[in-house]
This record gives sequence, C-alpha cells and structure tokens, in this order.
Amino acid sequence: MQQTPMQQIFHSLTDHVTASMQAGEEFALRFSGERSDFVRFNHARVRQAGQVTQQALSLRLIRGSRHASAELVITGDPELDRAALTTHLEGLRESLPHLPEDPHMCLARQPESSAHVGEDSLVPAQEIIQQITAQAAGMDLVGIYAGGGIRRGFASSSGQRNWFSVTNFNLDYCLCLPGNRAVKDTYAGLAWDPESFDARLDRARTRLEILGRPARRLKTGSYRVALSPTALGSILEVVAGWGGFSARSLQTRSSPLQRLQDEARLDPRVTLRENGAAGLHPRFQGEGFIRPERIDLVTEGALDQPLVSPRSAREFSLQHSGADRHERPVSLEMAAGNLPAGDVLETLGTGIEIGNLWYLNFSDLSGGRITGMTRFATFWVEDGRIVAPIEPMRFDETVYAMLGDKLVALTAERELQLSSSTYFQRSTSSTRMPGGVIEDMPFPL
Amino acid sequence: MPQSLAFDAVVRRFRDVAPAVDFCSLRVVDERTDLISVSRDVLESCGREADVGAMVTVHHRGGIGYAGTPDLSASGLRRALATAQQWAEATAGNAVTDFSAVQMPAPSGEYESPVTHPWESLTLAERVELVLSLSRALHPHEAIVDWGVSLWSIRSQSLYVTADGGRVMQTEHIVSPDMHVVAHKDGRSQRRSFGGRGLSQQGGLEVLDRVAFTERGPRLAEEALALLDAPNCPTDRRCVLLAPDQMMLQIHESIGHPLELDRILGDERNYAGTSFVTLDMFGSYRYGSELLDVTFDPGRSGQLASYGFDAEGAQASKQFIIRGGVLERPLGSVISSKRAGLAGVANARASSWNRAPIDRMANLNLEAGTSSLDELIARVERGVLMRTNTSWSIDDSRNKFQFGCEWGQLIEDGALTHVVRNPNYRGRSATFWRNLIGVGGPETLEVKGTPYCGKGEPNQIIRVGHASPFCLFRDVAVFGGA
Repeated sequence: MQQTPMQQIFHSLTDHVTASMQAGEEFALRFSGERSDFVRFNHARVRQAGQVTQQALSLRLIRGSRHASAELVITGDPELDRAALTTHLEGLRESLPHLPEDPHMCLARQPESSAHVGEDSLVPAQEIIQQITAQAAGMDLVGIYAGGGIRRGFASSSGQRNWFSVTNFNLDYCLCLPGNRAVKDTYAGLAWDPESFDARLDRARTRLEILGRPARRLKTGSYRVALSPTALGSILEVVAGWGGFSARSLQTRSSPLQRLQDEARLDPRVTLRENGAAGLHPRFQGEGFIRPERIDLVTEGALDQPLVSPRSAREFSLQHSGADRHERPVSLEMAAGNLPAGDVLETLGTGIEIGNLWYLNFSDLSGGRITGMTRFATFWVEDGRIVAPIEPMRFDETVYAMLGDKLVALTAERELQLSSSTYFQRSTSSTRMPGGVIEDMPFPL
Repeated sequence: MPQSLAFDAVVRRFRDVAPAVDFCSLRVVDERTDLISVSRDVLESCGREADVGAMVTVHHRGGIGYAGTPDLSASGLRRALATAQQWAEATAGNAVTDFSAVQMPAPSGEYESPVTHPWESLTLAERVELVLSLSRALHPHEAIVDWGVSLWSIRSQSLYVTADGGRVMQTEHIVSPDMHVVAHKDGRSQRRSFGGRGLSQQGGLEVLDRVAFTERGPRLAEEALALLDAPNCPTDRRCVLLAPDQMMLQIHESIGHPLELDRILGDERNYAGTSFVTLDMFGSYRYGSELLDVTFDPGRSGQLASYGFDAEGAQASKQFIIRGGVLERPLGSVISSKRAGLAGVANARASSWNRAPIDRMANLNLEAGTSSLDELIARVERGVLMRTNTSWSIDDSRNKFQFGCEWGQLIEDGALTHVVRNPNYRGRSATFWRNLIGVGGPETLEVKGTPYCGKGEPNQIIRVGHASPFCLFRDVAVFGGA
C-alpha cells in the first residue's frame, strides 16, 4: 500500500533514529499528529475559527533496563527535524547512566506491524460552516465543529512499524432557549451530510418545544430515573476515568470498583467490554503492544479481566492486555438489555428522564459513590408522559446501587458516541451504551 | 534544558510576510518541561518535552481567523497567515461581534519569574535521588499500599507580536512538586496528597523550600493511616473551617468560573457551562459577606499564574473582583469586555500555541482578614475543619456545588477534636459566600495553584493560582462517605 506523506516523514525519521543507535541501545518512537479545523459558535454565529497543525514525536531510549524519554514537535522540514531528534537523542544518552534500573521496564520485542489508512471524504470546513450557520439561522446554536485528519504512529528498534490515520468530524452542539435550557446533540462521522444534519436539527427543534414549557423545581429526595445512553455513558466514563478497570488501581486498592474484588456484585445484566475490534482507535499502544479484539471487563455483574498495561503486568505479575499506561478503556461497550427504547417512558412511569449528566466525580471513591448534575434536556415525567423540563438537580449514589439492586432495566438498543474531547489532541475514543431505568435515585440538592 | 528558540528571527519573518489586514498578531510559545516520577520506589518516568509552535491571528472585515503551526519558517508562517486570513474572510458578517472594531493592544514589555536556585543547579542524578529518597519515607507501614512522588519543571517562553509594532516577551519558570499515599484496611482506602499538584509555584528549586516539600511525606503517611481508623464525617449542618488547600478549589469553582465573562456571554454553554451571574449584577450584587475580598492578581511574585501581559497583549494589573462582598468586575478579556460593555481584566489565556486565547482565571486570590487560626477555631461550637480537595462537582451555571476533602477534623466547643474521614459538603455559590463569618489573617494565608484547569472548545488545560487564608463558614450541609 502506498504510504501517506506524513507516514513517509515518520518512517524517514524512524530510519534516522535507527541509524543513530549505538551498541546495546533500543528505542521506541511514537508519532501523534493532526490537522484540525476548529470553529466555535454562539447564537449560531462564529466566535472563533481556525486551523491547527500539530505533529509530535515521543522518543524513548533504552539501554538494558534504564530508559528515558523526550517529546518534541516536528516541523515537517526533514533537516530540522532530524537535527532536533539528534539533539534529544544525545540528551537522553547522557541521562541514562544517571538513572537507576527500572525493574518494570517493557518494550514490545516481537514486531507486529500494521497500517490503517482511512479515506478522506470531508469537504472543506468552510463549506460545512456555511451550511451550519445557514441551517441554524434564527436558532441559538452553541458549540464546536472539529474536523480533519488524525494520525498516530509507532516504531521501534525491533523493526515494528504501526500507522493509523482517520479523517473525521465532530459537531458537538446544543440548541438553547433563554433560562439555561438546551437540547444537546453530537453529529460525528467520516463524511458530512447536510440532510442528516438537517434531520438532527429538526429532532432537536422538536425537543426544544417541550423544553419551552415552564420548568419544574423538584424537591430534594429520591426519584425513579430514565438515563439516556449518553447519561449512562457518563457514569461509566467517570468510573473508567478514575481507574475503575485499571489493574494498577485494583492492585493498589485505589479503584472505585475495588469492592467488586471482594463481596460486591453488580446486577447480572451488567456486562462491560472493551471492544478493540471497533476500528475507531489505533490497535497499538504506546509501547508497541497490540490490543486484543475484546476484553471482558465485567461479566454478568462480576469483575472479569482488568485492563493491564505491560508495565503493570511486570510490576504485579499479571498477563498484560495491551492497555496504555493509564489503563482506561477507549472503546467501552455495555451489553444491551431487553427494554425497547420506545417503552422507556412507560417503564419509568413517574420520575425524571435524564438526557445528560454533567461534572461527575466520586464523593467517596473507595465506596464507589458518584455525584453529578443533570443537564440539558431533562424532564419530569408522569404516567409515562413528559410533563415539563426540570431545573438542574444533583444526584449522589454508589455505582453498586445504580448498576446493582436499583437497576430496573437496560434498553435493547445501544448508541455509539464518538468522543468530542480535544484536550491536547482530538480523541479517537468511543462508547456504545444502552439507556437504563434506575429506581430510588437520591437527589440531595 | 536545551537552548531556546531564536525568537528574533521568527519576528523578522512574521513582519516580512504579515498581510495587509485590519489586525494581525503572532504568538510564539517555546515550553520545555522536565518530569521525574517515582511510583512505589521505582523511577517510572524520566522525561523531557519541547513544545514549540506559533499561532497567528487575523481580524479582517469584521471576521476572525487563526492558524497554529509548528513550522516557523517564512513559508510556514506565510501559509499560516493565509489560512487565518481565509477564516477571517469566511466569518466576516457572520461573527458574534465586529472583530475589526475591537481595539487590540499593541503592547511593549517583558516579564520573567524570579528564580533563586535554577532547576539545573541540581544534577539529574541529584534530582532523581531526591525524589527516590522522599518516596522511601512514604510507606512506614504495610497498610500503605500505594505511594508516589514527582517533580515537574517547566520553562515557558512566549513572545507576542502585533503587526502594528507591539512586542512582549515573557518567561515563566515553574516547579511543581507532588506526592501521594494510599492506605488500605478492611475494604476501605484513604488517600493523602497535595491535592492536584496544589503546591505548584513559579520559581526555581527554592519553591521546594517555600512549600516544605521534603518535610511533608511522613506526615502524609501518618494522616492516611489515621484516616483508616477514623469515623465517617457526620451528616448535619454545622460550621466548616476550610484550609487554604480546599479554599483553592472553593474560590476556583464558585467564584472564578462563574465570573468568567465568556461564560456569561454564552460562549461556553455547550461545554464548560454558563453562569448564575448576569451582566446586570456587576457593581451591585452581594456575592458574599462583608468579609469577602477577592482580587485578580497576576502580579503576585512566585504564584503559579503570574505574568505581565495576557495572550492578547493586555497589560496585567491587580484588580478587585469582589470588594466587601459586592461584585465589582468580571474576568473578561479585551474582546469579551468590548462585547459586554464592562471593564474587565487581562485574562485572555491559551494553554499553548495550538489553542486560541479565551477568558480564564490567572491568580485569583482571597485577601487575608485579621483572625488567627486559633481564634477561628475558638469561635466554633460545632464544626469540622477540612483540608485538601479530593472531589469537586458543580452545576453548569456554577451554583449548586458538592466538594469533598481528604482530611477532616471535628471542632467541638472551640477546640479541634477527633479526625473524621470522607468529609464532604454541599451548597449553592449564590448563598454560600454570604455565610462567610471568619477570614484568617496573613499568617494563615497560603499560596496554592494547580496546572489543571480545563475549559474551552477546543479543550484547554491551563495553570491557575489561588492564595487564600483559612476561612470559616456557618450553617453548611456536611456528610461523610458511603
């Protein structure tokens, strides 16, 4: 297969590092780059618009079990970039004798090369922005369009070469009404389709009509709730983000799911897996190890296989599962239940339909108790009918209760959510979640 | 650290290729970091990073455009400027304001953090040994199941140039020490730490002395072990005495964020959220009790977010945000202030060269009062002292909050008594600050900061500083763990 220009640059720099190695040295080289158009909207008008090109290498030099690393930006000028790599390599070489040996040092030494090059089907961002502002004219649309190519690479002294590229977009937006009420939507994919966007706007506009009704202020107390797939995903993301499925966190009793190591169990309908075969995220991790197609994290309510990085595997004498250093899932899926999505409100009966949760955190990490706020399209429901939007409410409940004895049902349908996170770089992680109904959820504020 | 970028050459290239537009600027960032991280007595990471690049911004015909690039050659800057100009032209007539009508600063000046003992005054081997030796002192008991120590050094140089002659050079030197321990017994774990790198400050290795870094480890371990045997924090309403390492978070979430002008203008409603504060409140709204004085102060020497100019060239100065409990001015940059018609502060900030500036906090401090810590404690009949943030959650208008701390200690009849675990409290920003009944004097004030404030689309993480004394609040809902 023909290499992309960026792939060629990465391989050329890899060749340079390979040629610079001295006897007894090994290296691992990671590449991360993107060219992204970012456009922010407020009141369906543009607040900021621009393009960012960023590309960086992370070079780790290894001698025996000593290692040190350097990250550097590359400019695209071969001569400048080779010189910068040489400077950093020399700096690392000088550092190694001053460092202690690392008994947990690891590097993939059985080369498993791969290349995934996605097609570029995106029309120019300025065309898309014109369509968004035209179609949303008269509405209070707020949010961000982020689109363009994402590139990831890995190479090592063992001869391994991995490449992953995808070109996609993510329009993360909401339609707002006065009084801090809004309907949230994320339209993401590989090719922008004006008709799909128009249909999504129509659906959001319909929800907005209900949001326009006078808001109800609920008393504090416990309520039966229906969680959208996005809201349920938020709960699992905070569990995962704080080391819920991390082997290291579990081994050091720092995981919010540590009680699953003892007597506690979730509801048998709760099955969670990391779907490495989803193809939305690179299959190789930072040290060159390959993620398996599937890792069963929780099976029928019981902790199954944790995410084990090669380093944790060395430290705690475990079998690694190709996880990155942070041991967080990147393609988390929850098994579907048997409740048709169309029956959610009827099953809820009287309670709160929650479209989105916000600012989740552990109010007791060791005890697995999570707090957070309702946000965006969240409604009071009576006898299976939406009555009114509600003012934001705070919940505070353990994951063992929400996904344990208080779990009423999970929906038969699941939704794929592509992450819209752009901290440092555009994310390639995703979740696939059902919705759920939970009884007796405490709302203390 | 490696030599820095040749800034003057980049400026010459920029001036040579800058287009004829209403406004044009260049912001170059050269940030070098060193990180030494030890986990459970093993050196886990010894890494360096060099993040170098530039952002050009164009305002033209009312529109706005930017481009970020790592290519600082003349052709690279020319391409970036062309991209920024294309975006400015594409957004002309369709932007939230007429950007060409905003008078952007053309500043001149420089800033550099004072440094007494440069990072390089210790060799790499000495720095590694320091971190390892501190780690070894962190686990005096088998109940300590996890521990770690790290040292992070940052030298961030930034150059801001406008096509009409403005030029500002700034260098921040930062040292960020961190340490944590986790103790475990009978299915329960307790953590003690510095709370999200809360000891980070500008300066050299003298920062370690200022924050007593090398002396803190054994105490953290003792406290984690003590928490294992402590009862849960009670559930009721009582006085809360917050230490500076929790006040940092309280100020940040329930004063700083709600007063960011871009949130009030609605820019952040899709992500970070809006604010319960509205434009008409400035000048009259009673935010807190008369004891509440809050200042925006990027000029405080050694604090984490000190600087001379913001990322759009506005000169920084100390400003009262809340005085005597009354709201005075928002945290709004030049562009936001123009949009809102309110005087703001120099707070246009960006995480690096690859993100555009937005309204942020910098050093946002609660001014010291007059009470000693003993006097504050003596005033409390029934209360709890809380130290070191561990949990934070607040609604999208920055009103209903719930925060948790690592360490709690009951106050009964004017004296500190026994330790409690999992101390949490909740309330509303709009009323919480009105229950401020005691502010510690200058001797109780501590300078804190964190490198981890997230906001913006695209997302950005920046450094903020918060100095605060101990503060006493009445009638607060408190509770413990699960």
